Amino acid sequence: MPTTVPGPAAYAAAPGGPQAVPPGAPDGPPPASTTATAAPRRRRRRAWLWHLLLVPVAALFATPFVQMFLTSLTPEAEINRFPPRFWPSQLTLDGYVKLFTETDVLRWTTNTVLVSVVAVASHIVLCSLAGYGFARLKFPGRTFGFLAIMATIMIPTQLLMVPTYVLFARIGIIDTLAAAMVPWLASAFGIFLMRQFFLSLPPELEEAAVLDGCSRLSTFWRIILPLARPALATLAIFTLLGSWNDLVWPLIAINDPSSFTLQLGITNFQGARRTDWSLLMASNVVATLPLVLFFLFAQRQFIATMTFTGVKG
Amino acid sequence: MTTTLAPSPARRAPRRRRTGEALAGWGFVTPATLLVVGLSIFPAVWAFLLSLQDWNGFSTPEPVGADNYRRMLTDAELGAAVGHTLLYTALFVPASLFLGLGLAVALNRRLVLVGVYRTLVFLPFVVSAAATGILTTYLFNPQFGFVNNVLRVLGLPQQGWLEDPSQAMVVITIMSLWGQAAFTTVIYLAALQDIPVELAEAARVDGANRWQSFWHVTFPQLAPVTVFVAIWQTIQAIQLFDLVYTTTRGGPLGSTETVVYYLWKAAFKELEFGYASAVAYGLFAVTLLITIAVTLYSRRTKVGGL
Repeated sequence: MPTTVPGPAAYAAAPGGPQAVPPGAPDGPPPASTTATAAPRRRRRRAWLWHLLLVPVAALFATPFVQMFLTSLTPEAEINRFPPRFWPSQLTLDGYVKLFTETDVLRWTTNTVLVSVVAVASHIVLCSLAGYGFARLKFPGRTFGFLAIMATIMIPTQLLMVPTYVLFARIGIIDTLAAAMVPWLASAFGIFLMRQFFLSLPPELEEAAVLDGCSRLSTFWRIILPLARPALATLAIFTLLGSWNDLVWPLIAINDPSSFTLQLGITNFQGARRTDWSLLMASNVVATLPLVLFFLFAQRQFIATMTFTGVKG
Repeated sequence: MTTTLAPSPARRAPRRRRTGEALAGWGFVTPATLLVVGLSIFPAVWAFLLSLQDWNGFSTPEPVGADNYRRMLTDAELGAAVGHTLLYTALFVPASLFLGLGLAVALNRRLVLVGVYRTLVFLPFVVSAAATGILTTYLFNPQFGFVNNVLRVLGLPQQGWLEDPSQAMVVITIMSLWGQAAFTTVIYLAALQDIPVELAEAARVDGANRWQSFWHVTFPQLAPVTVFVAIWQTIQAIQLFDLVYTTTRGGPLGSTETVVYYLWKAAFKELEFGYASAVAYGLFAVTLLITIAVTLYSRRTKVGGL
């Protein structure tokens, strides 16, 4: 999945921090490709052609969502019949009732929320501190430390699966929620993102504060961090997406159903509840809806995050 | 925060100030650096040591030198997994580039409802591999799935999809594209908006038609981004695991078993930690070589700006 491990994309990212990245065309007026002199009527006719192309494409992209919601509300008896229907004859919440009464989904949701909250909070604190240190403070080993962090971006997840499993077993966190959290406490991408942002701030800001006798930490906390909100939003979204949807780490490290995350739990349903489609789709809705709503609410920031993970080849 | 910090630097004590700043610097960067390096470089080195051993996680590890790497050369199942991974890469990478470029061009204009189209194209990006997996097995179910239902209504023959060894990888590619088209689209959209409008306008004034102006003016400007996205998507593709795990688990008849799936199976089903680590290193080496090769090639031909 695209958000789990930032790859060389981060190398190529714009040095000016997330603000300097062109927003991936959220709502701002895109440059019209027709010349200003083109006849308006001709342009309108062309617009219809684009709609003719885009409506089916958008419908294709929406189909899995529609099917997911519809199936989660369809009575079990209607799903497995032949020939199948496109629309259920009646809607029911049976799938959701079964999901919440017969399975541990509430517990798994709580687990996932916990993992994501810890991941986002830890990323915001640790990565912004480190990003600021690497951007602004002078200390021996700074270049080496930053290069070491950048080098880790090249290391793919699959190389880490076995030793991380053994490491988690040695420190005794297999089958606990900690195994799902630890890989998300900080990331090279997060440090890089924050460093790039802090480099883009004018140094005069904190110089004045330091001359006024502010300590490094309070300068950072009172003056710098409030300015970093756009970068922190990008960081939070990146971490939320990655930790909420993560499958690999819980999969290798957690076998105890009471410590399952939501993603691991619904993946397990596929074997255990193979034909219980309304329940499966209800669980899918539970796992997906929070991020979908969040995306609709903060689309601009999501797109900025996606753009930052790889732009400026 | 438990970082120890030096007191505020005094103006007349430059040395103390420097020491103070060094301490502050270490205090700021140490927690995150230890975590990141400790959870990647340290395990990566460990994985290399493991790859020179025969170990199941419980017994005493047995040093076997390069045997694990030698075994890879004659491992038929690994060879098949490499083939499936290459097939997926060959399907996914070009398709995701074309789809992303096409969608970006279409969505990069002033249209009524363009915001809605964009949202619908981007939305699948937040859907997890687990959820996509369940959706895939449902939509492409041969008996009652949506896709076969559409084919039936259109009077077309029913397909086996995920149950057909020759089609399963295509289905996985389609659903990967659904989930990840947003990424290439967003990158191309940003790149398109970086191109000065005057360039295309100048071409139009010179008598180029729409297509010529796109092909000769806009497209060359997109070349560096294309090189970058191609490398990025290739790396993603040869590491395919999640969606295979949540749809076919390598089946039917092993036809969707990718290298990383095989590695996962060797490690966590057969407990061959040493061999799995060797496979991981093999894949890592290939990834690095591809990245370096493409970067050098694009530098020499001046297409890429990487």
